[in-house]
Amino acid sequence: MNAIIVSTLLGVIMMFCSWGIKNQRVQKNIALIGLIILIIANLAQSNGWYVFNYDTKGMLTYTTFGLYANTLLFALTLIYVWMNGDEIAKINNSSADFYSLFFFILCGISVLTSFDNLLMLFIGIEILSIPLYILTGADKKNMFSNEAALKYFLMGSFSTGILLLGITFIYGATGSFHLTAPILSITTGLAQEQILLSAGLILLFVAMNFKVSAAPFHFWTPDVYDGAPTVFTSFMATIAKAAGFIAFINVFNTQYKALAYSWTLLLTFVMLSTLLIGNITALFQRSVKRMLAYSSIAQAGFMLFALYGQSAISNEAILLYAVVYSIATIGIFAVLVKMKENSFEAFNGLAKAHPLLAFATTVFLFSLAGIPFTGGFFAKYYMLSALLKAGAGLWLVLVAVVFAAISIYYYFKIIQAMYFTAGEPSINPLPKQYKYQLLTLAILLLILGVFPNLLLNYLYF
Amino acid sequence: MMLVSFLLLPILAAILLLFIKNNKTAQLVAILFSGFTLLLAMQMFSFQMIDFDIAWLPNLNTRFILHADGLSKILILLTAISFPAIFIATANNEYKNRNIFLSLLLFTQAGLMGVFLAGDGLMFYFFWEFTLLPIYFLCSIWGGEKRIAITFKFFIYTFLGSLFMLAGILFLNEHTGDHSFLIFSFIHANLTNGQQVTAFALFFIAFAIKMPLFPFHTWQPDAYEQSPTAVTMVMSAVMVKMGLYGILRWLMPLFPVAFMAHTQVVVVLSIIGILYASFIAIRQDDIKRLIAYSSIAHIGLMNAALFTHTQIAIQGVLLQLFSHGINVLGLWMVVDIIEQQTGTRSMQEMGGLAKKQPTLAILLVGFALANIALPLTNSFVGEFLMFTGLFQFNPWMAALAGLSVVLAAIYTLNMVQKVAYGGISEKINTIQGPNKGAQAVLIILFLIVLVTGVYPEPLFNLTSDTLQQLFIK
Repeated sequence: MNAIIVSTLLGVIMMFCSWGIKNQRVQKNIALIGLIILIIANLAQSNGWYVFNYDTKGMLTYTTFGLYANTLLFALTLIYVWMNGDEIAKINNSSADFYSLFFFILCGISVLTSFDNLLMLFIGIEILSIPLYILTGADKKNMFSNEAALKYFLMGSFSTGILLLGITFIYGATGSFHLTAPILSITTGLAQEQILLSAGLILLFVAMNFKVSAAPFHFWTPDVYDGAPTVFTSFMATIAKAAGFIAFINVFNTQYKALAYSWTLLLTFVMLSTLLIGNITALFQRSVKRMLAYSSIAQAGFMLFALYGQSAISNEAILLYAVVYSIATIGIFAVLVKMKENSFEAFNGLAKAHPLLAFATTVFLFSLAGIPFTGGFFAKYYMLSALLKAGAGLWLVLVAVVFAAISIYYYFKIIQAMYFTAGEPSINPLPKQYKYQLLTLAILLLILGVFPNLLLNYLYF
Repeated sequence: MMLVSFLLLPILAAILLLFIKNNKTAQLVAILFSGFTLLLAMQMFSFQMIDFDIAWLPNLNTRFILHADGLSKILILLTAISFPAIFIATANNEYKNRNIFLSLLLFTQAGLMGVFLAGDGLMFYFFWEFTLLPIYFLCSIWGGEKRIAITFKFFIYTFLGSLFMLAGILFLNEHTGDHSFLIFSFIHANLTNGQQVTAFALFFIAFAIKMPLFPFHTWQPDAYEQSPTAVTMVMSAVMVKMGLYGILRWLMPLFPVAFMAHTQVVVVLSIIGILYASFIAIRQDDIKRLIAYSSIAHIGLMNAALFTHTQIAIQGVLLQLFSHGINVLGLWMVVDIIEQQTGTRSMQEMGGLAKKQPTLAILLVGFALANIALPLTNSFVGEFLMFTGLFQFNPWMAALAGLSVVLAAIYTLNMVQKVAYGGISEKINTIQGPNKGAQAVLIILFLIVLVTGVYPEPLFNLTSDTLQQLFIK
């Protein structure tokens, strides 16, 4: 509860900041302080200290997993703002508006990590999505940004419609919005009710896939990620997406386990097609930004394994994956915003001009590709392990592994450009501090690559 | 602690080198650190089995375990000898950003040591991959014309192989009693025969690609040709041994049933590979490609000997792991001197080395004879044992594999003839001869060839415990 209320308040405060405070640097610092307050508030709740405590009639329940997910996603937002504050400032003459939108998104995230009721799921997703539509269209004078926003909005509304239809069906079958209700109905209910329930579940499943951009419901992703201002793409592809996954797991993993038979086959299909489409399409991209959009689809394929998992290790897996993937993606996008163009050629000779920057980028790419000694390896490792523990066939692991090897191809194209191709990188001048910020992220990934339990141990406190 | 220093020393040196811009100092630091590692490795003769063990990731049940028995020791020794030798022999070569070059090589050394010492599955996988990364950068930055595409092929190929191994490790981890990665738990994993075969296949692909075994060898000749010679030395003297080591350490004890079920298939594949590579080697004009193909043939023979699962053949392999490394190292060094000073690798443009540079020519002939396992050279002992084992396994196979010795004689002597004899060619005329350091290294290596050829007893003693473990249970 703390996080939901505090993030809303902070959002409102940020909104009014744009009146009084014109200095964007100050706005950024206020946002950073706000995020720290938010994290503290959430940690307070994790330790049983409620500032706000209302009876939600069981619509929200707070689990260690949910609260820890909150903390991690807030911390990632902190890192994101810390890295990208100056870039956000360039989009508009007041960045306070954007920060307030971020806080509203975080409010949506807090709902999504704690809902125990399908209506709350719906509300959480809407609170998360609507600010994202606005962020996509933030670059008002750019037609691509506008187009992307409209597309995102239309597709998003469409998927929300499907989500609502699914919820309605489930309500029809069980007479309740509560997540725990269907299990009763499945054992005692009539045949008709069971069909209705299954149909509702499948619709819900489709809508959630839409939100996390899993194939074959991914068509909006490349265009939206490409059209949106690069800083915001970075946010959408990481934190917002991770929140979507946690919501997905909350629905299907924790509560609906008993109904697994009606969606496991479907899930396998979605997993495989996501891996296939994401990886294969990414191979052929000429623009780094689009490549990253497709690679984020491919990574979503790996994250779906946590849904298959249904065990303690899959919870660990999704958190580790979300954090590691987000850090690496935020890092690589932070490099990308400084490039003058988005092509692979822009990276030519970067290693010679900026060795530290190139090193950090290499670590990010290694991590995305899942190479040992970077966090990405353990993220993928936990996912595969969760898959095997859930009794999935070894063949599924092997397919995943082959796709991981394919992903090397497109990630390493950037490394090849940076290190092995001579040329002048077309990069904007970098403040020295920026390099060290990137290096910090890289070192974080390397530490998580050897000691992932530093992150995961807190799941059990 | 001694085992940890095999990892720490090279890593420390590698990190140090990143900050030393002066070429001479950098070279000196690399030689000093790797020389110190070698001194440490020499101590291994006097120790029994040694272990180092601390917890790494408690929730995954992995431990950081270093473990050295005879098999590890002999490969540690080879690794420890190779690196200072390479550093000294290539001291005069031109490499831009030499400190980075040396630093990456030392990282490779640390990775190799880790592979040979790891007693935990996940750790083994970590180091297995870790050797690949510096090699990728070394070849792609300092290699020949087609380096980028070829190194990339090599990288993806081996990476895919090791990912299969990772799947195998995960699979085994699921089936161990205590869900750990210890080699001991893996050995006692509860597997049905079918599951053994599956896991066997997953591990074997990784090892076969690394060795490389026919038909997984396509990356190798190109990669050897395009890499800078210092890196080729590391790859062919030490890195290919990772595959054979993997079979001895992991495959054989872990999946005895599956192993015995596949002996025929693998031996036949190896022999096809041996003959195939030997015939191609005869047709080569590029001296680097010739040695590359000859290396496929030799490794194939060692692999065939392993899969006979006879004590005598495996005794031979344990010895040959070391001897082949030394021979190939010597050959590459001579070739590197010729290539650096004449600018050519084509044998047609060579000739008359014996008249121009007698010492170098003698060394070339010496290593060439060791390459074809002439008596008195180190390979003779190993190959003799291996052929005896192959004969016990199946006389026909032994006969076919025996052809490789004849073929090896053909292509090796042909090479010697073209390079060393005949009139002095235009290119050879420009040759200056090896510098003092390189010459000293070559002579020491050649002495090792002769001494271990006549008196292999210490090496047998070193590896006897591994042999006992494998055959007396």
